[in-house]
Amino acid sequence: MTASDTSAASLEHLREHGFALLERMILIRQFESRVQALYAEQEMRTPVHLCIGQEAVPSAVCSCLRDADHIFSSHRCHGHYMAKGGDLNRLAAELYCRSEGCSGGKGGSMHIVDVERGVCGTTAIVGGSVPIALGAGLASSLRRDGGVSVAFFGDGASEEGTFHESLNIAALKTLPVIFVQENNLYATSSHVRNRQAYDGGASLARGYGMPACRIDGNDAVAVHQAALEAVARARRGEGPSFIECLTYRWMDHVGAGDGLEKGYRSREEWDDWVRRCPVKALEERIVEAGVADSGQIAAVYERVNGRVDEAFAFGKASPWPGAMTLSENV
Amino acid sequence: MPWTRMLADGYANGALPGADSTQRMLTYSQALREAQAMAMAADPNVIVMGEGVDDPGGIFGSTLGLHTEFGPDRCFDLPIAENASTGMALGAAVAGLRPIYVHMRMDFMLMGMDQLVNHVAKWRYMTNGAQKAPLVIRALIGRGWGSAAQHSQSLQGMFMQVPGLKIVMPVTPMDAKGLLLSAIADDGPVLCVEHRWLYSRQGHTPEEMYFVPLGKGAVLRPGRDVTICALSQMVCEALAAAEELAAEGIEAEVLDMRSVKPLDEDLLLESVSRTGRLVVADTGNVMAGWSAEVAALVHEKAFDQLRGPVQRIGLPDIPTPASCVLEDAFYPGKEDIKAGVHRLLARDMAPNRKTGGIHG
Ligand SMILES: Cc1ncc(C[n+]2csc(CCOP(=O)(O)OP(=O)(O)O)c2C)c(N)n1
Ligand SMILES: [Mg+2]
Repeated sequence: MTASDTSAASLEHLREHGFALLERMILIRQFESRVQALYAEQEMRTPVHLCIGQEAVPSAVCSCLRDADHIFSSHRCHGHYMAKGGDLNRLAAELYCRSEGCSGGKGGSMHIVDVERGVCGTTAIVGGSVPIALGAGLASSLRRDGGVSVAFFGDGASEEGTFHESLNIAALKTLPVIFVQENNLYATSSHVRNRQAYDGGASLARGYGMPACRIDGNDAVAVHQAALEAVARARRGEGPSFIECLTYRWMDHVGAGDGLEKGYRSREEWDDWVRRCPVKALEERIVEAGVADSGQIAAVYERVNGRVDEAFAFGKASPWPGAMTLSENV
Repeated sequence: MPWTRMLADGYANGALPGADSTQRMLTYSQALREAQAMAMAADPNVIVMGEGVDDPGGIFGSTLGLHTEFGPDRCFDLPIAENASTGMALGAAVAGLRPIYVHMRMDFMLMGMDQLVNHVAKWRYMTNGAQKAPLVIRALIGRGWGSAAQHSQSLQGMFMQVPGLKIVMPVTPMDAKGLLLSAIADDGPVLCVEHRWLYSRQGHTPEEMYFVPLGKGAVLRPGRDVTICALSQMVCEALAAAEELAAEGIEAEVLDMRSVKPLDEDLLLESVSRTGRLVVADTGNVMAGWSAEVAALVHEKAFDQLRGPVQRIGLPDIPTPASCVLEDAFYPGKEDIKAGVHRLLARDMAPNRKTGGIHG
């Protein structure tokens, strides 16, 4: 699998998929920005790991999937849930830890689910979703239902032992699993070069005998191309693929600030990545290619903002879970 | 005999130094940091490792700046690789270092379960003492703010089942320093479980190096009506409960057990033999947990002194929920402890019991 195709193919791809991708990305951006804006009210009493700056990866990968395909994610999961079509109201309600939240207020920000949309669950243990995704792939492979299972995880997850065990099993058993690594350079405040002797997850995946690429994770079109190829391969029963996406989180590891005052990353680095905003980049390309004009893009923002307003109003107004629910579903 | 051992033995049975000198106050996290810094200064074999130990937060201040003070060779960040790191800590300990491995949350320690349970805990025994495992694992626990099921577990009861591990849960800054120093000095693996809610609490902490013995609890408040034996943050709840019970004329004795394992049997049995009533308060699960062990022990060894069934206060057999209203229903506190005391005393008051009033 090559990282990115010729610019002509890319342009064609942009024409075909660009606008739909942008809509998903704007939804994630606006929703996460709303969480950020409202977090100081202290009504969302759960630790939030925002994915502002990383919207291209979930949007591009999930737009290659069907509802029946399974995804598994980490603590930084809101984008994956939304991109896969998860119910927005129930996500907001879960952030307020209310009864109508997607996890009934039991999960909070790090444990979200939407079974109908194939959002199977998310884990707060780094790397925890990777082996679980294998199992869903195994089920699809035994049933021959053409289903695909995707594990979303960060750069940090490839340091865990189970990551390596999982890659081996997936390749060995030719499972329809796609490993999507969002390499945002940091795990909490630790830079990837202080944690990894290897050069990213894709370099390891090749050693396990699966196609692997490292691409610009802020280029939605490139991620979409790579994901389409990986999904097609998995559906054909040819086994797993690995996509490492270089990206960057604008916010601090957890919470609503950018964390720049902590000094673990420089203002220059941050500015540089903000300039490479995946949403802005796609908007510009779309306008440039004549796929849509700025008025049409503004209309997307307006529509999305309305949806986000509605979701947060729903979340805030949702009743608290009853104490009786505490012992349900243990 | 290494310095650590010498000092620990020399102090094991003495009173805490500096208790009546001008009060020097530290927070719990400062006390932990001081213990590690002192051990590192005294012994070049002491190292501190863990995810984030050298980051700007320094594990809530408890490792802050150790990497600059002692150099990045002796205080270093780790990849997110807990199982290998636990094994590495064991290997380092076997080869003569005294590693301190820090987990920001106890839940992450589970990733190293194989090395911890199958290897660390048993290495000394399997080699018939030919090799020792002088390593400390610091694990933070906490509660609240929707941390939910995977960021809130208080698993001391689970690890209590593993032969070969010692477990301490300091409450006061003085004990945080003294117990951590004893843990570092000990020749076996010691788990130091620290409640995040205690981190900012201030308390008198002597400046010098001192050792609080492993396996020894403390009476934090004497009383004759009922014994409340507690761990970690529940000790604070127990003290608050005792204060309120005193206003009702009930004198509760509060024991800070400090060590989960070895359990201070003598302290516990002596207290229960006087009060005849026991409430056990744990930050962990009731089901097969520390409180179960304490209750069984008292049943076995002080059955005749008991005036009523041991009351256990702890977490229900349910994962931690995120929502604050469910957290409120989930976590016990001083009211639950008081209710336990009241249940015991109500038994005494009931007709057809041979005992008289609460002081009977
Ligand atoms: C097993 C385990 N170890 C440590 C942690 C603490 N922790 C939470 S998120 C995180 C960093 C994860 O980094 P990465 O995988 O790159 O994901 P990102 O946060 O960058 O999206 C760490 C160390 C954890 N949750 N689980
Ligand atoms: Mg990362």
